[in-house]
Amino acid sequence: MSQRRDPGQARPGEQLPQVAETIERLDLIRYAGASGDFNPIHWNDEVARAVGLPGVIAHGMYSMGVAARMIAGWAGDPGAVRRLRVRFSAMIEPGQTLTAKGEVAEVDGNRVVVRFHAEDEKGNKVLSKGEADLDL
Amino acid sequence: MPLNQALVGKEYPPVRYEVGREKLREFAVALGETDPIYHEEEAARAAGHPDLPAVPTFPIVLSFRAGQVVYGDPALGLDYSRVVHGEQEFVYHRPIHAGDRLLAAGKVAAVEAKGRHELLTLQTEVTTEAGEPVCTVRATLLSRGTAAPREAAG
Repeated sequence: MSQRRDPGQARPGEQLPQVAETIERLDLIRYAGASGDFNPIHWNDEVARAVGLPGVIAHGMYSMGVAARMIAGWAGDPGAVRRLRVRFSAMIEPGQTLTAKGEVAEVDGNRVVVRFHAEDEKGNKVLSKGEADLDL
Repeated sequence: MPLNQALVGKEYPPVRYEVGREKLREFAVALGETDPIYHEEEAARAAGHPDLPAVPTFPIVLSFRAGQVVYGDPALGLDYSRVVHGEQEFVYHRPIHAGDRLLAAGKVAAVEAKGRHELLTLQTEVTTEAGEPVCTVRATLLSRGTAAPREAAG
């Protein structure tokens, strides 16, 4: 059972437990259905190649959702998350593993700022400039 | 063709959205989220939630619907096939739970040229039906190659 983290225990520089997902095409189809974003570049190779992509790519919001799992999981309560932002800086294709990594940047009373990113197996940043404001 | 700058600031009529438990579970499953608070009502209540909570990125579902109203405005001139998602931000005012009856209103927050491309910022205000703020969602989209050509340097 999750419980809200004690902000008194948080220290700048603390690493959050990483969250990794190996992305399968089925994950993207499932995410399309759950989110309502049926853009064919996420499930149809022909359409993806026609617009200059190597093949289907993951939804940016799929990657952000996986990174948000790391943030809310560490906070222990989704209600503790006050703000979340990212930049989408590279695409990731099925068959690759996405790893979300984060670090506590600031602690001020109950207020904690986490900076994070998500990368592929080669270390390319799929999500960059990730920032989460938490109220623990 | 460039996006229509005159629409910056334009607010569109809200879409209604009723948050269902199965939808929240489905969205959590799609992201590989297995924490029982997102799936079991008892676990959610034991953690202090009135019902199943939404995962943090769930408001994108409402923003996407509100966005369809905005992008569908022929006056905006957006070709969605040229669009790439650039940045995303959520500012949370109140948690979302199953049973919430919400409104999501889209607005063209900004249009700016960036080289040959244009950046379009869609802002969606998610509120309760009574008008209580729930979440502010900002999506920055890159519209590839639509900026007006610059005058050739003399």
